[in-house]
Parts: sequence; C-alpha cells; structure tokens
Amino acid sequence: MIGTIPQDWIWGLVGGLMIGSAAALYLLVNGRIMGASGILGGLVDRSGWATAAERIAFIAGLVAVPAVMAPLVWGHVSTNISQNPAVIVAAGLLVGIGTRLANGCTSGHGVCGISRFSLRGIVATVFYLLAGGITMVVFRHVLGVI
Amino acid sequence: MVRNLFAFLAGGLFGAGLLVSGMVDTTKVQGWLDVFGNWDPTLAFVLGGAILPMAIAWQVAARRRTAVLGSALPEKPDPRLGHNLVVGSLLFGMGWGLAGLCPGPAMASLSFGGWGGLLFLAAMIAGMIAAPAVRVRVDRLASA
Repeated sequence: MIGTIPQDWIWGLVGGLMIGSAAALYLLVNGRIMGASGILGGLVDRSGWATAAERIAFIAGLVAVPAVMAPLVWGHVSTNISQNPAVIVAAGLLVGIGTRLANGCTSGHGVCGISRFSLRGIVATVFYLLAGGITMVVFRHVLGVI
Repeated sequence: MVRNLFAFLAGGLFGAGLLVSGMVDTTKVQGWLDVFGNWDPTLAFVLGGAILPMAIAWQVAARRRTAVLGSALPEKPDPRLGHNLVVGSLLFGMGWGLAGLCPGPAMASLSFGGWGGLLFLAAMIAGMIAAPAVRVRVDRLASA
C-alpha cells in the first residue's frame, strides 16, 4: 500500500508535520503566530521592532538550518526559479505588497489560520489559491511566459 | 535569551520542514497551482500535515493562560474580513504563481537560491516597504 504512494507525497506529509510542529512550538513556547511574512514584514516596516530580537532569531534559524542541512543531506538543492528577471521582480513585489495588505501568507493564514478555523485565514487561502491558479492558466497556458 | 533560542529552533524546524517537503522547489509549488497542466498534489499533503499539529496546539493554547515563557497567547481571530484581506491575497497569489515562492521558502532558500532567489527577496522586501502606500490607495478605491 505504502509503496503505491509517490515518495514526494510522503516527504510532503513529513515536511508538513515538521512545519506544523515548528508553528506549534512558536505558539506554545513563545506565544507567537508563526507567519513568515509578518515576522519579516514587522522588521521591514518597523512595526515589529519591539520584538526585533525574537524575529531576527527566527529568521536566522530559518536561513541557517537549511544552509547546513541542504548540502549535507541532498548535496545540491535547487529552487528551479525562473531565469527571467522581470518575472522574478514582478513576483517578489506582488508577494511583498500582497502579504502585507492581507496581513499574512501561506504560513500565517494557511497553516496557523485554518488550524484554528479563522474565517480570515480560510478566506485568504481561498483567494491566494484562486489567484495562483488563474495566474498559471494566464501566464503559462495562454501567454507562455512562465 | 531563552525566547530567542526557541525562536531560532522554531525557525530552524520550519526551514527543515520546507526543505524536506520540497516546498523550496518552485516547480512543485507551480505544479500544484497548475491544475490544467501536470498537476502535482504534494502541497496538499504539506498543508494537511502542517495543520494537524497546529490544530492540536490551538486546543492546548485554549486551555492555558499564557505561553510557556510567560507572554500572552494570541487573541481570538478577528472576524472582520475587509477589502485589504481579499485584494492582498489576490496579489500575493499572483506573485506566488509567477515565481513559485512564498515568503517562508524565499528566506529558507537564501543559501542555495542563487541570484534569482536574492532578486526575489529584494523585490519582496521592496514590496513590503511599498505596501502602506498601496494600502492607502486600496482604501481610497474601496470607499469611493
């Protein structure tokens, strides 16, 4: 039975459980919601400078652990990101503006919001999934640029 | 100091989970969003796997007054939706689809993401700086 399930799905589930455990740790020990865009955004626009040390420590772990783990476990890991600078810049701007307007991204609204049945988290997730799906149709299948 | 240590550990476990789940690979994220292409359901397993321990954590949190290190636990979720939630999520979803990166994996892949990853991060931070000005315009449009 297990053998018929693609490996990627199993690793997805295992990694997902790790992500959820990290969010649980941050909530129960530090009393904070683990939202990647909020943790970084609060540093960028100074709204979270009162808790700057904690935010910087979180981001340090988020950057450092994959930096050590990726070469040790997989040798070389690639994000396979687009080679088109215009696409990358447009995407980054949209993600930066959008997550701050919506006050959350996949981790904050998706993982932390849905798990507490937050209407805002569920609505946000529906709309960013919808926009992501439409973007794939338009920019991949119609325009063929991604 | 202890707060920062646990923040580092939570960030590290988050990063390790993003790596193990394959969510730092933009083709897997785009594969999930590309319903009319060669659809990849991995992201559903990641999100499902992540929601499970967090749902338990919220139940535990509901029975506690404070977090383990003494600070207040987050307030109840705000029931108001508002146009910024919808507009922001639509913009975020567009960017997420275009590049296949959201903020967590964008930071987690800093060490191996190359120039493309750095450019994405720089643009994302620029977007975060521009966000308050955009919010003013969205509010004006919404009230018009």
